[in-house]
Amino acid sequence: MPEKPILEIEGLCKSFPGLDHRALEPVDAEVPPGRIMGLVGPDGAGKTTLLRLAAGLLTPEAGSVRVLGLDPLRDAARARELTGYMPQKFGLYEDLTVMENLDLYADLRGLTGEARDERFETVLHFSELKPFSGRRAGALSGGMKQKLGLACALLSRPKLLLLDEPSVGVDPVSRRELWRMVHELIQEGIGVVWSTAYLDEAELCDQVVLLSGGRMLYNGPPRELAERVRERCFRISGITTGRRRLLTRLLDREEVVDGVIEGANLRIVLREPDERTMLESEAGEKSGTVHPVEPRFEDAFVDLLGGAPPGTSALAEKIEEKRHGEDARVVEARELTKRFGDFTATRAVSFGVRAGEIFGLLGPNGAGKSTTFKMMCGLLKPSSGEALVSGTSLSHAPGEARQKVGYMAQKFSLYGMLNARQNLEFFSGVYGLRGKARRKRVDEMIELFGLADYLGQSSEKLPLGIKQRLALACAVMHTPDILFLDEPTSGVDPVTRREFWSHINGLVRKGVTIMVTTHFMDEAEYCDRIGLMFRGDMIAIDTPHALKESVVSKDLEKPTLEDAFIELIQRWRDRKEVA
Amino acid sequence: MLLRLRALVIKEILALVRDPRSRIVLIMPPLIQLFIFSFAATLEVRNNSLAVWNEDAGAASAELVQRIGSMGTFEEVAYVHDESAFNRQVDYQKSLLGIHIPQDFSSSLAAGTPTTIQVVADGRRSNSGQIALGYLSEVLEDFQADMEPGPAAGAPAVAVRHWFNPNLHYFWFVVPSLVAILTTIMTMIVTALSLSRERELGTFEQLMVSPLTPSYILAGKAIPAFFVAMAEASLIVFFAVFVFHIPLQGSVLLLYLTMAAYILSLVGIGLFISALCATQQQAILGVFSFVLPAVLLSGFAGPVDNMPDWLARLTVVNPLLHFKEICKGIFLKDISLHAIWSHTWPMLVLAVLNTSAALAIFRRKFS
Amino acid sequence: MDGPPISARRVRALVKKEFHQIARDPSSILIAVIIPLLLLFIFGYGLSLDSHDLRLGVVLESSDTEARDFGAALTGSDYFVVDTGHDIREFSDRLRDGHLRGIVVIPEDFAVRLTDPGKGPAIQIISDGSEPQLAAFVENYVKGAFRVWLRQRQIESGRVMPPALQIEQRFRYNPSLRSRNFLIPGSIAVIMTVVGALLTALVVAREWERGTMEALLASPVTRAELVIGKFIPYFFLGLGSFTVCLLLAILVFRVPLVGSLPALYAVTCLFLLTALGLGLTISAATKDQFVAAQIALNAAFLPAFILSGFVFEIKSMPMWIQVITFFIPARYFVDSLKTLFLAGDVWSILLPDMLLLSLTTIIFLALTARNMARRLD
Repeated sequence: MPEKPILEIEGLCKSFPGLDHRALEPVDAEVPPGRIMGLVGPDGAGKTTLLRLAAGLLTPEAGSVRVLGLDPLRDAARARELTGYMPQKFGLYEDLTVMENLDLYADLRGLTGEARDERFETVLHFSELKPFSGRRAGALSGGMKQKLGLACALLSRPKLLLLDEPSVGVDPVSRRELWRMVHELIQEGIGVVWSTAYLDEAELCDQVVLLSGGRMLYNGPPRELAERVRERCFRISGITTGRRRLLTRLLDREEVVDGVIEGANLRIVLREPDERTMLESEAGEKSGTVHPVEPRFEDAFVDLLGGAPPGTSALAEKIEEKRHGEDARVVEARELTKRFGDFTATRAVSFGVRAGEIFGLLGPNGAGKSTTFKMMCGLLKPSSGEALVSGTSLSHAPGEARQKVGYMAQKFSLYGMLNARQNLEFFSGVYGLRGKARRKRVDEMIELFGLADYLGQSSEKLPLGIKQRLALACAVMHTPDILFLDEPTSGVDPVTRREFWSHINGLVRKGVTIMVTTHFMDEAEYCDRIGLMFRGDMIAIDTPHALKESVVSKDLEKPTLEDAFIELIQRWRDRKEVA
Repeated sequence: MLLRLRALVIKEILALVRDPRSRIVLIMPPLIQLFIFSFAATLEVRNNSLAVWNEDAGAASAELVQRIGSMGTFEEVAYVHDESAFNRQVDYQKSLLGIHIPQDFSSSLAAGTPTTIQVVADGRRSNSGQIALGYLSEVLEDFQADMEPGPAAGAPAVAVRHWFNPNLHYFWFVVPSLVAILTTIMTMIVTALSLSRERELGTFEQLMVSPLTPSYILAGKAIPAFFVAMAEASLIVFFAVFVFHIPLQGSVLLLYLTMAAYILSLVGIGLFISALCATQQQAILGVFSFVLPAVLLSGFAGPVDNMPDWLARLTVVNPLLHFKEICKGIFLKDISLHAIWSHTWPMLVLAVLNTSAALAIFRRKFS
Repeated sequence: MDGPPISARRVRALVKKEFHQIARDPSSILIAVIIPLLLLFIFGYGLSLDSHDLRLGVVLESSDTEARDFGAALTGSDYFVVDTGHDIREFSDRLRDGHLRGIVVIPEDFAVRLTDPGKGPAIQIISDGSEPQLAAFVENYVKGAFRVWLRQRQIESGRVMPPALQIEQRFRYNPSLRSRNFLIPGSIAVIMTVVGALLTALVVAREWERGTMEALLASPVTRAELVIGKFIPYFFLGLGSFTVCLLLAILVFRVPLVGSLPALYAVTCLFLLTALGLGLTISAATKDQFVAAQIALNAAFLPAFILSGFVFEIKSMPMWIQVITFFIPARYFVDSLKTLFLAGDVWSILLPDMLLLSLTTIIFLALTARNMARRLD
């Protein structure tokens, strides 16, 4: 007897005034009890809209959504009792303690008396927050906030749990714990909708609804989608040098649908299985060997979106090769420490970036990446230690030193009210381009990045992918030697992400030095070397490949970077306890 | 370097002009306020009511009442016939003044015996009451002089001339003051709030990483704010002269020069506030903390002359007061260069001090 | 159906939450205590309609005893600080530049003109018309001083019998005639308006910006509960603020309080409800702190200051503006406060004020509830 689904969505549509496309095209989905449905897609795909519709916070334009047969709008009171909702940013009151937050939500949901005490016990134990019940929510780490948010959503024993990007920016250990918690919950028959932009999380779900630009691209078990590209996925390993060049060449080819760097290897998806021979000959030139691999959800997604863009970056082609000494340490951090009151954000962080290298700072939110990054850029003064770029500290540096640096801030700080051309003209003006040269550059950028169709609109109204392009254009217009990129691809769809990285790869081949921060594990793989940061400490620096190798063991034969990170964190903690 | 500054200024102005909210906020409120407040802010004693309780039936009292009624100070004369009604008129704020003429008024006058008229005023409006009483006293004096036997020699005449504003139009005082006040609010909003908003949005970081030094970045905020404020103020001056017909005795050039100095001082203060404040919320409180006292202590509602000495001396640091004095002076009085300068140099000093402080704070925070 | 419209338990939870946040956020204390104190100090000392020590220039064109006698009378007055000279040109520049507020010219043939008005005015009073309030004061007081002096002279010279007509002046309420006594109650009203608007304008917008509003809306809480839950804590904070102002007014500025405390608090409660309602309406509608702040400044402070009747009398304003003031809640509060402080519990004034305040409260509460979107679209 098939059980009644907890959540039923049929032909659900939603538009917002001011947006020229629908936020949600007709979506159909069902969540049976005891299952996790992954709502997957980049920013702006419609995930939050869908969740809000299910929670009764928005009115559907067409179609219907039912929670155990109830309409969240018409039967609001009953539907709300059955639904637990955790919005982005977790919905916590930062000034209130853990207990006070729980009290508030318990009262709001009518949980009283013995049932309440019991439930508190369960929930506090489950989320391991009992020892912290007196701490202000704002003082909790990202992972703990996440658990608290979940705890608050669980108070009324909901049948349906709606989680909006619960794992974004959280450290991998906490992320795993959250998944464990959710798996326990579904044993009790709860239906969970988990929205995420991390494609690897899609594979952990029972079923996946894939959204992009409001359209539902796929609805079904993740495995089935991945199966579509079975036989077409390969890894090239053993490449000696020039893996980026190889990747670029491969991506330029028609037969290659997708390709990414995986540490020392390349992962390629072909259009047809029998193109393998072509692949082998290409790889052979670089003494690489080709093995077939298990298809991943991400591979299928990119395939569905039409494949990755060509590898050659027109932008990179245009810039001159940067010349410098072989081992010149272009960016260097020496014992960087930053304290805010009695809170230490970074502790004696040291690393060096060589010219023409991509260096990544990897870690969850709150690890100290942004703080370190800002100190490198001269935006924050270190409490002690030095941050040097080309030998001088940027904060004391005269204009010429800064002229060589390009910066792309988180969430692409563009001037929202200005249109694309005005933004480009502004940044080029600020960096000293003038007259004809300036106009030429601006026009070049517009052409290279395909911005011509978007010139008239205010930049805040542009789609995320276009904004990213524009932000990158603004950052490189003055042909800097060094680029600082702060979480440059957060929230964008995989195709846009690959395009971005093709530009980066092209720039690196021309000798530009790049420092990037990210909390995406797979993005870290594109870097030459990464620095792992955790709670203010730099716990490891090495190539992605070497980091993975360092944790190989009997239980972990083929560790992913995430596995490596978790293991390294564990070792770090053990070392600290001993010391 | 100047070209980079130009890029900054253009960006700022574009951001202001292209934001529909800014456009509304910059044009509508000042004009609406100008119209309403010009008419509302008056300390003239007008449209008041006089309560008359005349217990006398004689001709003398009738004559007196008639004279008072034609005074012009009182729009309405309310006749009451008993004590409680009389008291109620003033108590319930229906009348500003009340006159009680006793029963034996006419007969006493004729007989030459002393008689007393009671005048009651509303202490809750003591200021207006005193002024009305003054006018009333004159009428009574004239009446008495006319009643006295002997040649109608008449009382000595007193000539009164109100220079610069012969008819004591409150308008002429209020509108120039409003030029100063409304400009203040606009400028503070554009300077202080926009800077802190940029910091919250994150674009500020982009500027700090670029080759622009803190002085240029601040200049990039100050210059557009300056021009926008000058434009605003000009708009208000335009209305003052051509719609409200306030005379402009002094030189327009001087008005603009001092306006520039004033706006510079405001921009300096705005930059200082936003340098200190990390969040928009704090900046809002900061702006409030400046604007409210500035308006209150500018002499707009209560003259500086009436303040205790120590406070009056403190007002020298209030740029709003200085500019208001200059506006008043240039519009109505064509005041001397010396007087203008005495009000201008404090504004310039404030401009320099605040801007340097803002710059120092920025430099310290970021390097 | 939204279930029971108002649950005491949910409201209590929301109120508790709000109080916790207020206690841990210093800016609320700043707004509720520091700013009112500061403002009241400034209002109290800075705003006065009682002129004293006005600088006057007396031009003695004549040197005979009569003239000098009157000149001395002016010099001896408490209201003026007199500079004596012999040529008006000494003073006219100073008048223009604002160093003098008035000039009194006692002409050459003063003594003659005293008895023969046909020869011209006995004294000429020149005032600085650019400060109309002071000009009116100068005119009034100099004329009054002149009259008194003339009267005195007549009595001394025995020429005229004691006046047959005496005027007995009485001021009902505020017998000390300190303008402060009615300005301060009015100031409190303006301060409460500002405090109310500031407290709430930022509060709801903040909740939207931090994302907690969404979580609240997904719970069973109703719109009415949300509004009440925001109101109650800030209402008490506002009452606290008012009490602070009251203490300052009575203890430091010595403003007399004739009316009763219950009446005072009753009116204040009503006004606070309105002020908070206005603030919450703005806050709920804009969801943006930047805009909310501007509205608070423009729509709360300035109208309260200028149109509430606190300094500028409503009766003196043109009719169309008087109509506008009907919609300014501060007007009723100013009226009630002045009455309560100076006149006592005059219910015929207080009741209509309270009625109108109730009306505005209801309007703003309804607007707030409507703008407090139950949904996000």
